[in-house]
Amino acid sequence: MTASLTRRVVLASAAPLMALVIAVVLSSIVLLVSGSNPLEAYVDMIGHASKLETQVDILNRATPLYLSGVAAAIGFRMNLFNIGVEGQYLLAFLVAAHLGAQVELPAVLHVTFIMVVAMAVGGAFSGAAGVLKVTRGVNEVISTIMLNAVAISGLAAWLIVEWQAGGEISATGGRVGTQPIAASGLLSDINGLVETFTREITQGKKLTGVLLIAIAVGVLYNVGLNRTVFGFDLRASGANPFASHAGGVSPKRMVVTAMTLSGMVAGLVGMTELMNTGFYPSNPIAGLGFAGIAVALLGRNHPVGVALAALIFSFLDVSSGILQISGAASREIVVIMGGVIILTAVIAYEVMRRIREREEATAAAEAMAIDTGAAR
Amino acid sequence: MRSGLDRLPAWGRWMIYATIGVAVLTVVQGFDDTERLTAVTSSQAMLRWAVPIMLAGLGGLFSERAGVINIGLEGMLILGTWFGAWGAINYGGWWGLAIGVLGGALGGLVHAIATVSFGVDHIISGVAINVTAPGVTRFLSSEILADYDGGSITQSPRTPGVGRFTFPFLAGGDLFGWDTPDILGWFTRRDWFFVSDFTGLARGLMTQLSLTTMIAFALVPVCAWLIWRTRIGLRIRICGEHPVSGESQGINIYLYKYLAVIISGGLAGLGGAFMASPELSGIYLEGQTQGRGFIGLAALIFGNWRPAGIMAGALLFSYPFGVGLRDLDGSASHSLLLVNTIALAAVFVWALTKGRRVDAGLAAGLGLGAAVWYFTSSTVPDWWISILPFVIVLVVLVFFSQRLRMPRADGLPYRKGET
Repeated sequence: MTASLTRRVVLASAAPLMALVIAVVLSSIVLLVSGSNPLEAYVDMIGHASKLETQVDILNRATPLYLSGVAAAIGFRMNLFNIGVEGQYLLAFLVAAHLGAQVELPAVLHVTFIMVVAMAVGGAFSGAAGVLKVTRGVNEVISTIMLNAVAISGLAAWLIVEWQAGGEISATGGRVGTQPIAASGLLSDINGLVETFTREITQGKKLTGVLLIAIAVGVLYNVGLNRTVFGFDLRASGANPFASHAGGVSPKRMVVTAMTLSGMVAGLVGMTELMNTGFYPSNPIAGLGFAGIAVALLGRNHPVGVALAALIFSFLDVSSGILQISGAASREIVVIMGGVIILTAVIAYEVMRRIREREEATAAAEAMAIDTGAAR
Repeated sequence: MRSGLDRLPAWGRWMIYATIGVAVLTVVQGFDDTERLTAVTSSQAMLRWAVPIMLAGLGGLFSERAGVINIGLEGMLILGTWFGAWGAINYGGWWGLAIGVLGGALGGLVHAIATVSFGVDHIISGVAINVTAPGVTRFLSSEILADYDGGSITQSPRTPGVGRFTFPFLAGGDLFGWDTPDILGWFTRRDWFFVSDFTGLARGLMTQLSLTTMIAFALVPVCAWLIWRTRIGLRIRICGEHPVSGESQGINIYLYKYLAVIISGGLAGLGGAFMASPELSGIYLEGQTQGRGFIGLAALIFGNWRPAGIMAGALLFSYPFGVGLRDLDGSASHSLLLVNTIALAAVFVWALTKGRRVDAGLAAGLGLGAAVWYFTSSTVPDWWISILPFVIVLVVLVFFSQRLRMPRADGLPYRKGET
């Protein structure tokens, strides 16, 4: 029993480890060719990441990445590609920031209101792609790509001008973002929670409270998917829509539900930034949606795996900042590393899957041979 | 049953559609008292901005005809912009294009290795390429472009281009030093209703054309010939329709899939190099593709996986952009709303004749929306122009998804010896 468990763990972690090793080797080659010392760069990065303040930064960065990864993973479990997380979270961020600034509520209610608005906007926008798929047969990959553009270059570009703090600003005035949300609408940082275990966090770094929400989402995702009837239906419908339809699960309903849930989680991605700054800036952090797809792939849609993947990517992102200061290498090397990790990881997973399938087939064939041998 | 229109060859049908389109534009233009809809500058801008979209679409055509979905086109386009700019700066305009093709093809090769050799899901590999490509170009910029005079981590110095060409006789171009008569220009100056608008458009399309633009448009019939009339094309298509039966004919499916996906990347790379050339930007700038690879994908679907359709889609999608480029007050873009209304009305009538009540209702609703917007405002904001291509694709897909036919084995995994 333990032997098979160890074996499973080894098999499951072999692929991502392999991907990491290949990524490090390839990046080292790139660094060597460009005339930098890879070892020095890695030592700098790891040394930087071992500081508590950097770790706070890494967690702050990993939080939205994780939420974005879970959003993509919900779709993947149902064989749906929600490429539209990018547009969903930016639009949800903007609407939540605006509406959050318009109301005055007691603290807990205010934060809840903002979160609910963000989830509703993300869910509605993503659900629309689901509805298009089941009613008009529009592939969700294409429709979410198109809806991304509609959300970012269209709706968000329009609304940010309409909702600017201080009304419409002249062309020379520049864009300033939405009105700030009152203090009651912001989640406080959770430095205190961490400081009970560690030393005091200095340099004014704040660990985002959204981290707790992200953890809750991860737990809900795990329980909902693996421990409820709904989760079973979702996975079954994704694996074989015809069979589960025969079992009484409407594939159409599942598609719309999965897309909506995915969009709801996507809506929370922008909350880390909103809870920190209190408004939607003219240039919000972009690209988290696409990064989330990568995170979900690397983490194999598993709640813990996605968390690890989010941490790896945010480690690369944050700790590379030191390279700029130390001058050991160009910090852009981590972007290449991230890309190589993803590409090699998906290839390694596929290879592993095939190895496992072959082993299972051999094992089954052996069992059959023994069976027939015994019967004779 | 095939109606009269369906029996025409593709180019004939598209000519008729184009004529109807110009006629509609002319009428709207007369109604709205603007001249930008059929102005020469608009059509020239449309033509130039259509090129990257069209090349990405043609790239997608090769890949998907071979059964490999390629949403990595955007990433390959980005690789093309960087390599194109780098090549052009170091070795001149033509080399820039060639090196851009190589850069894109490199992206295609990665996609082929992942999807064909290792059987990775096509969408996943495409997303990975789209995420990686900007990182690669950024790293390369920080290592190389940042050291150039006038370059930085996000942009290159100005790139040199290739020559231009004006059609002789039709648009009054030079022919071996002889100034030929300008026939279309003569018609345009007469100011006849519709005729002058039409010739004005046509003349705009033939004047001061970049040679690259001409090559790009020449690639449409070349690709069509390659895909539909040659042995290689037939083999590429069998990969996308029924690879197992191709295998039974002794065709090396892997080889042709690789070939098609690499060509796919090369075409997208050419589109990227074109973007970085003086025809469009004259510079490599981070983020300059702005999702044009995705619009190319949209053109591919709009064109029903056919070259002529892709070209039509690319022109259609770049038209609002061409109009909007010089339309600072948004009045000409506003007229496009009326065009949209007319188009939706046509869909409404079509749906009614086919007895599709739901479609007719949807078209009527959307058309009324466009009409109300048109009559209650005098200008449209610039964001509307930038998302119009995407909206058109969504609307087209909503109404015509069932009529489109993608290659049968598109996106399906294929392993040699497995059925």
